[in-house]
Amino acid sequence: MAMPDVVLSVENLTKHFTARGSLLRRSPHVVRALDGVSFDLRASETLGIVGESGCGKSTLARTIVGLERPTAGRVTLRGEDVHAARGRDLRVLRRRVQIVLQDPYTSLNPRRTVRDLLLQPFEIHRDLLPRARREARIDELVELVGLNPDHLDRYPFQFSGGQRQRIGIARALALEPEVIVCDEPVSALDVSIQAQVVNLFQRLQRELGLSYVFIAHDLSVVRHISDRIGVMYLGKMAELGDRTDVYDTPRHPYTSALLSAVPVPDPALRGTRSRRLLEGDPPSPVDPPSGCRFRTRCWKAQDVCATTEPPLTAPDPREQAFACHFPMTQPATTAS
Amino acid sequence: MTETLLDGPTTDVRAPVLSVRDLSVEFDTRDGALPALQGVSLDVHAGRTLALLGESGSGKSVTAQTVMGLLDPPGRVTGGSVLFRGADLLTASAEERRRVSGEEIAIVFQDALSSLNPVFTVGEQIAELLRVRRGMGRRAAAARAVELLERVRIPAPADRARDYPHQFSGGMRQRVMIALALALEPTVLIADEPTTALDVTVQAQIMDLILDLQRELDMGLVLITHDLGVVAEVADTVAVMYAGRIVEQGTVHELFAAPAHPYTRGLLRSIPRVDREDDTLWAIPGTPPSLLGRAPGCAFAPRCDAVVERCTVERPALVDPEPLSPGTRRLSACHRREEVLHGHA
Repeated sequence: MAMPDVVLSVENLTKHFTARGSLLRRSPHVVRALDGVSFDLRASETLGIVGESGCGKSTLARTIVGLERPTAGRVTLRGEDVHAARGRDLRVLRRRVQIVLQDPYTSLNPRRTVRDLLLQPFEIHRDLLPRARREARIDELVELVGLNPDHLDRYPFQFSGGQRQRIGIARALALEPEVIVCDEPVSALDVSIQAQVVNLFQRLQRELGLSYVFIAHDLSVVRHISDRIGVMYLGKMAELGDRTDVYDTPRHPYTSALLSAVPVPDPALRGTRSRRLLEGDPPSPVDPPSGCRFRTRCWKAQDVCATTEPPLTAPDPREQAFACHFPMTQPATTAS
Repeated sequence: MTETLLDGPTTDVRAPVLSVRDLSVEFDTRDGALPALQGVSLDVHAGRTLALLGESGSGKSVTAQTVMGLLDPPGRVTGGSVLFRGADLLTASAEERRRVSGEEIAIVFQDALSSLNPVFTVGEQIAELLRVRRGMGRRAAAARAVELLERVRIPAPADRARDYPHQFSGGMRQRVMIALALALEPTVLIADEPTTALDVTVQAQIMDLILDLQRELDMGLVLITHDLGVVAEVADTVAVMYAGRIVEQGTVHELFAAPAHPYTRGLLRSIPRVDREDDTLWAIPGTPPSLLGRAPGCAFAPRCDAVVERCTVERPALVDPEPLSPGTRRLSACHRREEVLHGHA
């Protein structure tokens, strides 16, 4: 079923977390972090995922790479089910999908040198590279991500945030993955360093043919780096399509409101962009609204939105898919 | 570099309510004194917004802490003054200092959860402030607290006043912080990354709220941020900080249209835009400088694309890049400020 150029396929992926009931609250909570998300990632493509806190984007990242087991649905890598694999197959699959996290400082063991940290993947995947060739591979990796090879025997705390992120990326690249899932990889970095790391991701993609799932809350960075973009809200995909379609002519009201809230760094445009300010915060994923989950904050909502959940579909197959009964018809900048 | 200090970039004929003059702060560390601020001068005017733009370690938060009297050892002021309506807070009596930095100048931090007391309801915390500072009675203070929560647009304020900080969402908690900051109707509000930890739709709500209240109370607003988008949307004037100094200052329109410092120019080029697609991003090379053991020249020189030999030996003063055109109030600390401004460097 998968098209030949699809590397990673996420089908109806669902992850519910159960928080056990307490003395006062006897029924357990079910946090519906991810509720039926589907998309394909194509070879050498970057799929950006945006959304606000609690939309499920980090759970999506963790479930794709196998850190969480899905409640339902599946993730396939070139047709093989990532979560069904066992033993050797599982190790091979895991090697091909890697993750880069927001703050590599918390994911890098502070008592190990960069050299040790980069050797570790080969100790776990022993069959990949003979011991004698590992040091040479590390030199290669360090050069690839633009770290100084003289610093290999330093510890993580001796590096700046941007350099630590380069270490995290080198580690993810060590096993020559096809797919890298990036969860907020530049959000903790200073503005001047962000651009360096974004450019690094793009260069690595060109040189190594990587595919990225790039998750971030910074809508400008995501537009810049992505080919296609998915907008998530409360565990669901609200809109999914080509970056220019999604950003310039958003169809889901949530996408439109989200984009209109992003400040544009040009004072000459002040007052010319109309904004739609959403009221309040997203509802809790413990007890999401019936029907369309966005309806409680949506200015276009009608009765049907509470009773019937709109499916994610693309009425015009050349354009983006969206899940809304009353989609936007105009670009966000002219809506008011 | 002292020639400009008395003549800051004033864009308002009214006297500034708050003036920082040639402020220097050091932190004593095991490796020696770390110069966190060096000769920083700023003017804050009633009803206007000054953005303090910089990356981590640039000194923007230390500036706010010093103004508020919150600078703790090992930090210490080594020079300069903080003038509130002309009176120096750094030499004021402890009592006067406390009055001004509690009632006249208020601050809102990024992290509202750690700034609120977890064991009192938000209503109690606001009422306590009013009772101590304004001598209000228990009942009046409680009623005023509810009014303030309503003013920052917290739904069902009378009910929410009885909730504890952890029961609020991030955005609602930031509103509580703003209510606390505004309880005494301050003259100046310092907002230190007030929306950084919030989601983008909530960010927009909070910025709108701060600006509405600023207009209502004719407050001077100091917005400390690293977000060029927020600066472009709300600031009147901008001071760009790098390694403990102001490297460029001007009105927001001038500064974004034609930066006169290579660092500002680099920052503006390095951010992607939500409203268009660029193929490659300009990236400022290198990493932010260590404040320790700094070389004699310009702190930005090792990362600068317009660097010349002079930059590594002589520190550039913060002066007007267009000294001959009257009316401009630009300042740039760059030896090639005129060339950068006109796009020749």
